[in-house]
Formats: sequence, structure tokens, C-alpha cells
Amino acid sequence: MSGGSQSGPFGPMGVMENEPSLNAKRAGGDAARAGRRERRSFGAWWAWVIFILGALYFILPLVGVFFHSIRTRPDIFLAYRQVFADPAFLRGLGYSFTAGVITVVVSLLIIVPTAYWVRLRVPRLRPVVEFVTLMPFVIPPVVLAFGLIRIYSQGPVRLAASDTGLNVMLIGAYVVLSFPYMYRAVDTGLAAIDVRTLTEAAQSLGSGWGRILARVIFPNLRTSLLSGAFLTLAIVIGEYTIAQVLARNMAFAPYLSLLGRNQPYQPAAVSLISFGLTWLAMILIAFLGRGSRARVQVAGAR
Amino acid sequence: MAFLELEGVRKEFAGTVAVENFDLAAEKGEFVSFLGPSGCGKTTTLRMIAGFELPTAGSIRIDGAEVTNRPPNRRNVGMVFQSYALFPNMTVADNIGFGMKVRGRSRDQIKQKVGELLELIHLPGRGDRFPWQLSGGQQQRVALARALAIEPQVLLLDEPLSALDAKIRVALRHQIRAIQRQLGITTVYVTHDQEEALSLSDRVVVMSEGRIEQIGAPADIYNFPTTRFVASFVGTLNLLNAKVVDSSGGRIALAGQEIRAGGAIEAGNGSEVTVAIRPEGIELGSGGGANQLTGTVEDVSFLGSIVRTRLNLDGNGTTLSLDTFNDPSLQAAAIDSTVTVSFPPEACLVLAASATPPPPTDAVAAAEAML
Amino acid sequence: MADAVAVREQEAHIAPPARSRLNWSWLGLVPFFLFCTAFLFLPVAFLVFGSLNDAEGALTLKNYADLTTGIIPGAFGNSIEISIVTAVAGGLFGFLLAASVTVGRLPRVLRTALLTFSGVASNFAGIPLALAFIFTLGTLGFLTTFLQSLGLTGFRGVNLTSKLGVEVVYMYFQFPLMVLIIAPALEGLRREWREAAENMGASAFQYWRYVGLPILTPTILGTMILLFGNAFGAQATAFQLTGGTLPLVTLVISSQIRGDVLHNPGLGYAMAMGMVVIMGISIFLYTLLQRRAERWLRS
Repeated sequence: MSGGSQSGPFGPMGVMENEPSLNAKRAGGDAARAGRRERRSFGAWWAWVIFILGALYFILPLVGVFFHSIRTRPDIFLAYRQVFADPAFLRGLGYSFTAGVITVVVSLLIIVPTAYWVRLRVPRLRPVVEFVTLMPFVIPPVVLAFGLIRIYSQGPVRLAASDTGLNVMLIGAYVVLSFPYMYRAVDTGLAAIDVRTLTEAAQSLGSGWGRILARVIFPNLRTSLLSGAFLTLAIVIGEYTIAQVLARNMAFAPYLSLLGRNQPYQPAAVSLISFGLTWLAMILIAFLGRGSRARVQVAGAR
Repeated sequence: MAFLELEGVRKEFAGTVAVENFDLAAEKGEFVSFLGPSGCGKTTTLRMIAGFELPTAGSIRIDGAEVTNRPPNRRNVGMVFQSYALFPNMTVADNIGFGMKVRGRSRDQIKQKVGELLELIHLPGRGDRFPWQLSGGQQQRVALARALAIEPQVLLLDEPLSALDAKIRVALRHQIRAIQRQLGITTVYVTHDQEEALSLSDRVVVMSEGRIEQIGAPADIYNFPTTRFVASFVGTLNLLNAKVVDSSGGRIALAGQEIRAGGAIEAGNGSEVTVAIRPEGIELGSGGGANQLTGTVEDVSFLGSIVRTRLNLDGNGTTLSLDTFNDPSLQAAAIDSTVTVSFPPEACLVLAASATPPPPTDAVAAAEAML
Repeated sequence: MADAVAVREQEAHIAPPARSRLNWSWLGLVPFFLFCTAFLFLPVAFLVFGSLNDAEGALTLKNYADLTTGIIPGAFGNSIEISIVTAVAGGLFGFLLAASVTVGRLPRVLRTALLTFSGVASNFAGIPLALAFIFTLGTLGFLTTFLQSLGLTGFRGVNLTSKLGVEVVYMYFQFPLMVLIIAPALEGLRREWREAAENMGASAFQYWRYVGLPILTPTILGTMILLFGNAFGAQATAFQLTGGTLPLVTLVISSQIRGDVLHNPGLGYAMAMGMVVIMGISIFLYTLLQRRAERWLRS
């Protein structure tokens, strides 16, 4: 009769393991970390040296810009006053911000259904779509922009002939630029939620496709969508080359570039404001991403 | 003198006690398991032997040498991790040879030893594979060989099988034991799986909430648990509330019926006690021993080689489960029928009257709910 | 033979429904590919054809042959040199910086600060970045005048139109990118690896020499390649810094196509193709190394 309790690993163990183990495990984990053999010191000396060097390199240019922006005498805030009084500044910021928002909306409208569809229905096309979304990484923006000009200044669709057409091309190019990180943001977001199960659950409750996307998928992707959106916004506001080629000189970066050539102190003020805007966008991303283990996205240099 | 000695070992993490009053003396070549639920301090104790944690108090000696505060890389202790922890950038051979390499052994020496160890773990000729090319079970065998390569004085295994499939788990467990016997190496094995601990070990240390509950041979732990925790944690068990009728005569009242325990009871007459009876110690019918109980059959569950029958003894919540071997020629008891079961007085363990009454459902019922 | 035929017949029975399902699924991707055609494929196709045409529209390989003439080899040389220098230097410094807040056990708050700042800095490129350095290290920059006031009267600032100047500025977005990628990788080194090494008698140095650094090597190399591409593709920053006086691939392409002075679009497209090839190779190598790193970390 001794074989009775050999009923296996599912014996009374299961009961013991359930409730108390969760807390115990957590406590044990934290404790183990805190009690490691390492001396909980103030950090290694070399770490401080490296960190301080890095911090100096990070901060000095900002200090330089700041001091330059307040060099005006006697009124040290003159540059800022002039900038805010300059209609070109507000117009540039407004134009680029609007372009950024439109880019985000169009990009989302294209990428979300596409990434969703690829994941759900045509996974074997995933490498193709991934490759296409990575293409903007290797195509120089100037080539993209100039190709657009040449194509749409002849033939049936002459976008380059009108101001509106040029704006459309600008947005189109920016949307393409946003593909690499938008697609990745959405795709990792979709990976985190179980798209198939959510979709099937929604379908079983009688939802149509549009409804599923709007009511189920979009809300569940909110965090990754918003961080992708803010990154796109930051990039569009700072973008110079494409705007310049498409003669969008009212945009923020061309405005700043011109200012940098013609004015002594205002460019410093605008640069600092621009840095603040980038900072704001990143803080918003970090704030939205808190708690989730979303990977930091980087747009890269321009 | 014992080979591996832990004396009054205590570990606190930021004010909370993880392990206390831990005493253990393991002989050379002995296989000792630490058994307990997660968070009971078994892994912490193992990590103190390895040197990854420093005890707050107490001392650890290996072969008479004090190692309590010696850093891990200056102890000669082999460790196998639950997650294998193979170095992903090295081949199997380089993984196994790593300990010898950092000890400055010659290339030939390493090569020869690695070859021997690959034979030992039944992976000959796989030395040039990378860990990601191996299955979980193979990786864990490599991890074992890697720990043995430094010819450690003590081998430590931290839940080495819990990441593996059930079948591989059983096969690998026998391999580990065979290799351990062959090398005669003193081994400490941490697990939360009672079956693993009981089947592998010379001695089992049952732990709960940082303390040792009981140390003993597997059979003793199973048959003669000294605390209620051990009784409920190891194996399947009926735990029943009872009242002592006659302590010197060992007579107890249980659900309105009277039974006898194996000997005198420490608790006084009229006090509340918990009675523990293994389901496999009870027989259907009256042939199983002097104690007899009558009840209504509530449930019969078929568990493969055994059949578990649950009786209701008093029409209320007091239930008793018993196991019988599955015998195709016999008919199982009919539900709602009244049956008599019997067991010898020795099968009936009276546990120290605990302040807390047993849970409403006994351990067996709860375990069945899990099934 | 007979078996093979039978199998083929079976396949024929199974295939049609599968194929028709694929056809339907394709439709879901039509908007995406339409958009890409209008704003990505057509310009790229234009680039490819343009690089094969001369000014009169005749098919030619002359543009590619001309890549070896004039300032073009120098521009590729400059771009590659700057990219390699900033990738290696930025990569090494970024690694050390990431190590300082992880392995170096600096207070947790510094780690958070560094990562947040790196997120900002790696996205803070272009015109404002160039201006910030001009106002700091230029002839009249804040740091230049500050050092002069300390008695370093010989210090004239860093010539920001030189290769060194561009490299100094590029570092500002290069090493933060390294930090962002390598810090999680450093934290991803499993504690058990270190413990297993210690357990077998390895010193801290031996652990890093044989285990820690080799495991990180694919990630470090891959990220450096990414940094290379990052610097190679940068344009606005260099333009604002140098005003186009330093021949860099992106700047020369831009002036060839837009034709301020040079104007030879076909040649510009051929250069752009060369750039696409270089960027493509670096992305490819990066993906390769990334895959190896992932495979290691999963096992």
C-alpha cells in the first residue's frame, strides 16, 4: 500500500505552493539582491570618473548655448523677447508641429492596420514588410525628397506645382521616415498583447473588423502608439533636409538654420527651446512607458 | 567529525530572517536534500555553502576547514543552477573546462578530463556543440559535468530539474544519483519536490519559514513526521481533529467513533489533537488492523495505479481518504454506500495539539481539488 | 516515382484553397504598399534609373565610373573615417558610461538620469546641436572664452569645420545611442553566469575576460555598426557646422542633386547608390550580430 502517495508531483505540494509561495518568492528575491556579497558602496572610483566626464560633455554645450543666449546687454532676455516677437518663429514652430501631428495620424492609420494584418493573417509576408519599413534607414533623405520632386513635377500627378502639393509630399516623406520606429513600436506592442485571442474574442461577440481595431486593438496599444507618436513628432519638428529640398522654408529647422547665419543671439535661444521640446517629448515617452518594459526607441542622427 | 558542517547558521536580509538555527552535519559521500516550499530558506542556505551569501551568524566547515567567510572563488564547491547558467559564448567542452582553465591547468589535462566527463554524462563527442544547440536536459547534464570538473569537495544542486519536463526529470534524477554514488561526492540537493527528495536522498532536511522542521532518512520523514508541517508537506495525508479520551491508553475520539494510537499520548485527557493517517495505511473492510471506522462513500477517484476513496465519517465535514491498489477484478465501493475501513494503531500518528485547528477540508481533499 | 506523383497529386488537391486564402489576405496590405509606392518605391526607382542615365537621358554607366573622380573618393573617405572614429570612440565611451551606472554600482538615480538624458541627446541632432557646439567650442564659444580667461590664451576653440570638429559634435548623439542599447544588455548578463564563474574559481577579471565581455561582444560590435550608419547618414548637423566646406557624402550628394555649384544629378544618384550599399551592408551586419546575441541570450 505504500505506493499510494506516489500519486506524483501534484500531491499536497500543490496546495502548499499556491498562496504563500508568491509572497515568499518575492521577499526572497528582493532579499537575495540586497544581501549580495558585493559591498554596497558609493560606486567604484572609475565609474565616477567616467560618469563625470560624460556629464560634462553632455551639459557643457547646453551651458554654452544658454550663456550665449543671454549675452545681450543690458537686457539679458532680449534674444528670447525677439524670438517670441518674431512671427517667423511661431509660424515655423506651428508649421512643423502641424506637419508632425498630421504625419503621426497618417502613419498610425497606415501602420497599425498593416502590422495587425501581418501578424494575424499574412505572417509569411512579415519579412517583406519589415524590410520595406527599414528602407528609410538606408535611403538618404535628400535622395528621397529630390526623387519626389522629380517624379511629381511631371506626368499625371503634378504635386510639385502647388503649395498644397508640396505639403502633401512633405507629409508623405515624413510618414515614410516614421515607418522604421512606428512599425517596430506597433509590432512589439502587438507582440505583448495576444492579438489573435483578442480578435477572436471580439469576433465571437459579434464585432466587425473596424470595430475590433478601434475598440480593442488601438486601446491596447496606447502606450506603444503614443511613444512612437512623440518620437515622430520630435523628429519632424527638427527635420531639416527634406523640408529644405521641398522648399518648405517656413518649417522650424530651415528657419533656425537661416537664423543661425544671420542673427547673433536668437539662434542660441531657439536652440535651447528646441532642446527643451525634445526633452519634453522624451519625458512624455518615458512617462507613458513607465511600468512597461518597452524598449527605448532611437531615431538617429540628422 | 562530519565532512560538511553547518552550525547555528542564521541569515537576515534587511531585518527579515531568512534562515535561523540551521545545524547540519553531513558525512562524506552523503546525499542530503533540503526540501520545503518556496521561500523556506533552502536556497539561501545552499548559497551560503557556496559562498554567494554571507551568514549573519554561525559557521560553515568543509572537511574541518572554516569556510564561512571565504569568497566563492576560493572554496572548492561545485554548483549546478536551476537555469543551467551555461556560458552561451562557449562550447560544451569550454564550459566544462572553464574551472580548470582559470585554475591554470594544461590544455592536455583539460582535454582529457573533459572527455571523461562527457562520457560520464552520456554526451560523448558533443564537446564542440554550443549550449543553444542542446536540449534542456542535455544542458543540465553539461552543467553537472562543469561543476564536477573542478573536483569539488561538495556538490550543490539548486532545483536542477525543475525547468525540465516530467519524464526527463525522472530519468535525469536517476543519472544524477548514479554519478553521485560513483564519485562518492558529498552532495546537497535543494528541491521543493517531495518525490525527488525522497527518492534521491540519504537524508532529507525538511524546512519551513527559515527553520529546520525535521532531519531524517526518507522513510522516517515519510512514516514518522514529527511536526504537522512535515506530515502535510511530505506525501498525502488525512489530518483530522480529535479529542484525547485516555492518554495513557492512547485512546482518541474521532467523529464520534473511538480509535487507538500506537502508544501513549503526551496530551492530557480531553485535549484537542490532530490525528494524521496516511491514505495508504487504511484498508477497506475490517482486515487492516484494530482500528475501525465507518462512513459513507462520498467519492471514488481513479488515479492510475491506485484508487482513492473518500468517506464521510460523521455526516458533517469530517472526511477520510484511503488508497487501494487498482485491481481490475475488484469493484470499487459504490457512492453513498456505508463501508467500514480499518487500520493498525501504528498508522495513526497523533501530532502535538496545535493551536490552529486543521483547515475545513483536510489535506487530501485539497490535493484532490488540485488534481 | 509513383510515390512522388501521388504526393504531387495530393498537394494539388490541397493547394487551391491555401492559395486563394493568401490572395485575399494580400488585400489587407494594399494601402500600405500603395503608400510606399507613391512616397518610397518611386523615388528609389528614380534614384536607380537616374544613376544609370546621363544628362540627356541616355543609358550609361559613366556616373558610376565618375565616382572615382574629383572630390568624390575624398568625400567617401571623409565620411567613412568620421563614421568609424565616432562609432569606435562613441561606442567605447558609451560602453564605459553604461558600465559606470551598472557594473560600477553608481547610485540608482544616476542610472535613471543617464538613460533619460541619453534618450534626449540621441534624438537631439541637426541644426540646434550644431549651433550649441558653435556657441560652446567655436572661436567665440563659451568654453573657449572661459578657458582663455583662465589663462589658456593660446586656445582658439575647436575648428568645427574640420573632421575633428565634426567628430567631436557627432559624439554627442553617438555615445548616448550606445548607452541606450548597451545598458540593458549589461543588465541582461545573468547573475548565474557570474556566480557560476566565481564558483569555479574565476576572479572578477577572469569573469569579464572569458564570460562577460565575450557574451556582450556581438551586441557591442552590432551597436558600433549602427553608430557607423548613424554618423554616415547624418547631414543637417554637418551642413550647419561646415557650411558644406568639408566634403562628406551626404553633403556632396545634396549639392550634386540640387545643383548650387556642382550639379550633376546622375552622379549624385550614383553616389547615393553607393551610400545605400554602405548603409545596407551595415544594417545587414547589425541584424546578423543581433541575431547571434539573441540566440545566445535565449539558450
